[in-house]
Amino acid sequence: MIRLPRLPRRLACRLACPLVRPLAVAALMTLAALPGHAAGKGEIWVTNEKDDTLSVISVDTLEVIRTIPVGERPRGIVFSRDHKQLYVCASDSDAVQVIDPDSGEVLHNLPSGEDPEQFALHPNGRYLYIANEDDAIATVVDIETRSVIAQIPVGIEPEGMAISPDGTIAIVTSETTNMAHWIDVESHEIFANTLVDQRPRDAAFSHDGSQLWVSAEIGGTVTVFDVKTQAEIGKIRFAVKGVHADRVQPVGIRMTKDGARAFIGLGPSNHVAVVNARTFEVEEYILVGRRVWHMEMTPDESLLFTTNGLSGDVTVVDLASLEPIKTIKVGRFPWGAAWRP
Amino acid sequence: MRAMLYLRSLARAARRVSVALIWAPVRAPVRAPVRALVWALIGAPALALLGAMPLHAADQVAVEAVWLEFRQAPRPTLSNLDPVPQDDGLAGARLGLADNAVTGRFLGQDHALTEIIVPAGADPGPAMAQAVRTAPLILVKGTAREILALADLPEAADVLIFNVAAQDVELRLGECRANLVHTAPSRAMLADALAQFLMKKRWSDWMLIAGVHEGDQAYAAAIRAAATKFGARIRTDKIWAFDADMRRSAATETPAFTQGPDVDVIVVADELGDWARYVLYNTWDPRPVVGTEGLSPRGWAPSVEAWGAAQLQGRFRDLAGRAMTEADYGAWAAMRSIGEAATRAKTARAGPVRAYLLSPEFELGGFKGRKMTYRPWNGQLRQPIPLAHPRALAGQAPFEGYLHRVNEMDTLGHDEPEGGCDAFR
Repeated sequence: MIRLPRLPRRLACRLACPLVRPLAVAALMTLAALPGHAAGKGEIWVTNEKDDTLSVISVDTLEVIRTIPVGERPRGIVFSRDHKQLYVCASDSDAVQVIDPDSGEVLHNLPSGEDPEQFALHPNGRYLYIANEDDAIATVVDIETRSVIAQIPVGIEPEGMAISPDGTIAIVTSETTNMAHWIDVESHEIFANTLVDQRPRDAAFSHDGSQLWVSAEIGGTVTVFDVKTQAEIGKIRFAVKGVHADRVQPVGIRMTKDGARAFIGLGPSNHVAVVNARTFEVEEYILVGRRVWHMEMTPDESLLFTTNGLSGDVTVVDLASLEPIKTIKVGRFPWGAAWRP
Repeated sequence: MRAMLYLRSLARAARRVSVALIWAPVRAPVRAPVRALVWALIGAPALALLGAMPLHAADQVAVEAVWLEFRQAPRPTLSNLDPVPQDDGLAGARLGLADNAVTGRFLGQDHALTEIIVPAGADPGPAMAQAVRTAPLILVKGTAREILALADLPEAADVLIFNVAAQDVELRLGECRANLVHTAPSRAMLADALAQFLMKKRWSDWMLIAGVHEGDQAYAAAIRAAATKFGARIRTDKIWAFDADMRRSAATETPAFTQGPDVDVIVVADELGDWARYVLYNTWDPRPVVGTEGLSPRGWAPSVEAWGAAQLQGRFRDLAGRAMTEADYGAWAAMRSIGEAATRAKTARAGPVRAYLLSPEFELGGFKGRKMTYRPWNGQLRQPIPLAHPRALAGQAPFEGYLHRVNEMDTLGHDEPEGGCDAFR
């Protein structure tokens, strides 16, 4: 049987896309006429750390459709459970801003402690766990009453924040103390501390809550812990061809719901690692923009959006083929990304 | 149940007290063992009772270090704008101690730093003897001669000495000692960093102007060696021997002095910061001034802010009320090296700490974007070298394109195959 060689994907796209895309865009644009009426695959909201703005990307058109001014040095970004409110850590404004995503208006601030960098929303949708980078503290804020309900002393320069899917454990990583602190949500007490390699940045629970993944930016590794015992069960190392090991700096972590794969942003190596979450083997590296840190997946796990700080853009990766399909220019130093319908 | 709640609140109170005790006295030059003792009496037993942290007998390490400083007589400079702070270096050690104490809080380890300061001109002997008696880990700030005198004491055979500020190349070569490691970069590393930057930009023709002091001449020697190593040409090599008041006469004296064959940059070697600042914008030809003034290779600079460095700068400023200097950074890196040994190798004794620092397991995240390790052949801390001017960085060495078989940071300074240090085994 003779098989004709398939056209490489990019070449095929280059031939066909000029014809197809404008038609598709026109069709979709008529559907998604107004901001806030995103009928379709939703939007990705990106914080631009050095521009003090948010860029809103339409997942249908893969273009920036809005730019919204926010407070100083926006970094962490999270939607409420019903996606009707948006929370943004405006670090240099020492505030967590609550924003109406439809109008883009800042409704009010939540008390956050100084220099909030990253946060995690409890599954109950009510408690926000905030890492205060300059103060070695994690602040717990009740969104409804807008009050601080606890402040927990942690290690130096806390950043990574994660809550277990069952809502019983909160994790804070401390960049200089090189630890992940395990906090009991009920008592707000640290019940365990696990060492990781140099400069931990992000923490993420697997969707079934059995594992905790922690990235170490300068150590160059991702450590996997068993949640029940807090024991280390795996350490993932990365090697990107043609890139010096010191420039492979894991930061952001995103995992698929079926527990099959994890995606790790590898910083100045400009690649995202695709990790088999069961064997902890790196399967592939995907080339994206410069200094990739955090990422967001669409809920159907068809697309991955990466924030590339140094090139000021977002790369869209098609997760079926693991190929980057588009680069979207946003503001300066995009940091975090969050999806809403 | 009530007992548990009571113990929990006791532990919480103890933690608050101990945190207050740890952070508050850091500002005052108090003997740190006092607060470590208070922590040990109140905090650790409470936590142990609660079983809040997984404490094991092997984890409980008491880390003792000494800060030994030989003050130098201040040397006069033309400008009074930048006095060297009294606690230059010491403040960095105190920040490192505070950082270690936070980690120690979670692991049940206590950290202590004893401060011994020898006034300028005083006999260093008693202080050296006291330092060696007090603790097995000594951070020393002084001239190369004073550091070697300390390292050569017979009682110092079993201690580990951290050179936090001296940049003398000889200490890493012929005058290396088995009990001496260096967190300060050497002049060779600084000169190589500058040379890499200049050669990458193809600014390969240099004028070199050096001052008359010993340090200036050593800096100039390192620049000449770097020029040879990286293929630059020094077209003019001069000594700055003016004793006129440059604040008034720089515009008239300097242009004529800087005439010469065409060069790309003017490299100045003026470690005291005395006259070179008046060379900028007063040269005959419009050329960048680099070296100890202008664009400067530094172990640390106020304009270093990437990779979270802004956080370290901020924490230092909160503690010391001023910007972090190179000596402060060297001292901080030494304390954090000790901290990492205590945390990961569970030891604070000189021999095992030294072995751990030189092992492949050791790494230190030093806010310069790459993990720092110690060279096993002479105990020099490998580190990126920022190229800094007062308002920003122009780059950070080692630069892309300078390859190395083992570690790119070894393109800076003296590499292993060059030999020169036999004592360090």
